[in-house]
Amino acid sequence: MAEDNNQNGQNGNGNGGGVKLLSKMRTKVLAGVKEDVQMLKVDLPAKAKEQVELVKDPTKTQVYTSIFRHKHDDTPRNRALGVLSNVFLHLHPAKINRDSVRYSYTWGMGGITFYLFIVLTFTGVLLMFYYHPEKVQAFRDVLYLEHDVPFGKLLRNMHRWAAHLMVIAVWLHMYRVFLTGSYKKPREFNWNVGVILLVLTLLLSFTGYLLPDDQLGFWAVTVGTNMARATPLLGHEGPFGHQLGMTPYNDIRFGLLGGSIVDANALLRSYIWHCIGIPIVASLFMIVHFWRVRKDGGISGPAPVMLEAEVKEPRGAKAAAHA
Amino acid sequence: MDWHQLWEIVSAPDNVPIVALVPLLIFYTALAVKQARANDRLIAELEANPQEAKTRYRKAWPFKPGWQKEVHVWPFLLRVEFLAAIIVTAILMVWSISLNAPLEEPSNPNVTMNPAKAPWYFLGLQEMLVYFDPWIAGVVMPTLIIVGLMVVPYIDTNPLGNGYYTLRQRRFSIGTFAFGFLFLWVTMILIGTFIRGPGWQWFWPGQTWDHSRLIYEVNRDLPDLFGITSNMGKVVFGAVVVGGYYLLGGFIVFALFRRHQPKDYRRMSLLQYSIMVFFLLTMVGLPIKMGLRLAMHIKYVWITPYFNI
Ligand code: HEM
Repeated sequence: MAEDNNQNGQNGNGNGGGVKLLSKMRTKVLAGVKEDVQMLKVDLPAKAKEQVELVKDPTKTQVYTSIFRHKHDDTPRNRALGVLSNVFLHLHPAKINRDSVRYSYTWGMGGITFYLFIVLTFTGVLLMFYYHPEKVQAFRDVLYLEHDVPFGKLLRNMHRWAAHLMVIAVWLHMYRVFLTGSYKKPREFNWNVGVILLVLTLLLSFTGYLLPDDQLGFWAVTVGTNMARATPLLGHEGPFGHQLGMTPYNDIRFGLLGGSIVDANALLRSYIWHCIGIPIVASLFMIVHFWRVRKDGGISGPAPVMLEAEVKEPRGAKAAAHA
Repeated sequence: MDWHQLWEIVSAPDNVPIVALVPLLIFYTALAVKQARANDRLIAELEANPQEAKTRYRKAWPFKPGWQKEVHVWPFLLRVEFLAAIIVTAILMVWSISLNAPLEEPSNPNVTMNPAKAPWYFLGLQEMLVYFDPWIAGVVMPTLIIVGLMVVPYIDTNPLGNGYYTLRQRRFSIGTFAFGFLFLWVTMILIGTFIRGPGWQWFWPGQTWDHSRLIYEVNRDLPDLFGITSNMGKVVFGAVVVGGYYLLGGFIVFALFRRHQPKDYRRMSLLQYSIMVFFLLTMVGLPIKMGLRLAMHIKYVWITPYFNI
């Protein structure tokens, strides 16, 4: 085509006939357009067909393969990769003891506790959009949530009941860990991380109790923090507190409440502990907790039972027995 | 019988979790005991038959040769987790739709709530306030509970029962934990929730809460019973009683533990053993003091100018 064009150009120049040139160009252009349309007719269905084929199997698209790093057909390798190459799932090993997936062993309680923590974080953030940690305003915000915010009541209820449920779930989790002897070697340290998580869970629940700033929370927190007055050494009514110069204005209770009574400062401190301080600390401990579950060799069981006769006495004891 | 009063307590939204806790504890305890029994039977069988012990699949679960020992997390574990999440969500949804979170009047320091109760999970501590001064019930006891839990793995030297349910191999540790958790902690919470009424007085379930009821309870101190009046005498007397409790108690524990847990006893170092005895006696001290108070109206055992126990 390019050569054709060139020839025409030379001819045109020789004759000097402008009109002829124009009509020649027109035929050329028309022929070109015709060809384009022709190609479109052929290519479009072909490309469209190709596209449809691609859509039929989205796992072949570049977008898909950029997100998921391996194939998805049901092969053992892919099952393992599905867990290992996912940032959230890689908390798990690829394979586990066939019996430890039985619900009756772990009761799923650690996982349920963690799930409730996530639910609480989610609903808690939504509640924070509506809540101001100030006297008068706080209570109004809760009323507003209950009566005007769409699904506000459901939101508040869910946050409340999930919190209670989380306390129950942690207790049951601890109970099962104890009953299965899962705190024994090598999981002593993780049991301790767990105990701290237990305390943090209770503190989370307790600091949240004050936030609606109603009578229930106010008196519960008053009763609770009054005990802090009696802290030995650090409370003004506790043993040796007086001797160490503790007064209602400088003791540990004052530090907790930001004042000598449960008031605006206590509300603010409660709020900050509840929404920022403790959740962050608890998250850190959970990270360690889960990490250690893996590092300690995964879930403790159900392990094969061990017999008395198979206990290896520690070296010291043996030596003593021989002597 | 005041059914209305009973219903009011049981159906108070914040009490519902405890109403739920009791059946849950019963269910899971039964589930654990069932598995422990099965394992204990297996242990007894294997112990009677050492030859079999070498070849048997050592779990109470069925296993056939050729079965894989390990399964893929995807899908076998993940589907359980996914299901659990859905079920928990469904329960939460239903609960949240059907029951509203409590909201009382705006807080008012001038109007006291009677009874003013802590959240239910702390009612065990609040109940302890009846029997101990706040520094013990509110500060020392919680600290000891936490520390006590933390030392558990370091003082339980029994290597058996790691990773499976059993009663036979861990009678002592499981008994102790059940006593502390089920008997002391949960029972005290139940008392605090369902029994304690206005003025933190004892109202049987179904008894009407009488806000004007006064109980003239003359509480005595243990030294009074022995006619000790001087302050110095009380200090010394209390120290002797409390010290004596730990010494004598320690001796009794020693005599029993040595005989009935000889293996544990041999394995434990002096430090491990002393820590265990301290926590055990302190824990048992709680119901003893409760008994002294409820049966004999004894308030304090040890009276000093600085603290009373
Ligand atoms: C916020 C609280 C907690 C969360 C989210 C949590 C989560 C978990 C999860 C998901 C597991 C895996 C096994 C299972 O689900 O049972 C686990 C195991 C474990 N947890 Fe926790 N836990 C918490 C509190 C505790 C407490 C209070 C204790 C004990 C005092 C504890 C001690 C342990 C131990 C020792 C293991 C290893 C158990 C084994 O290998 O069988 N955790 N935890």
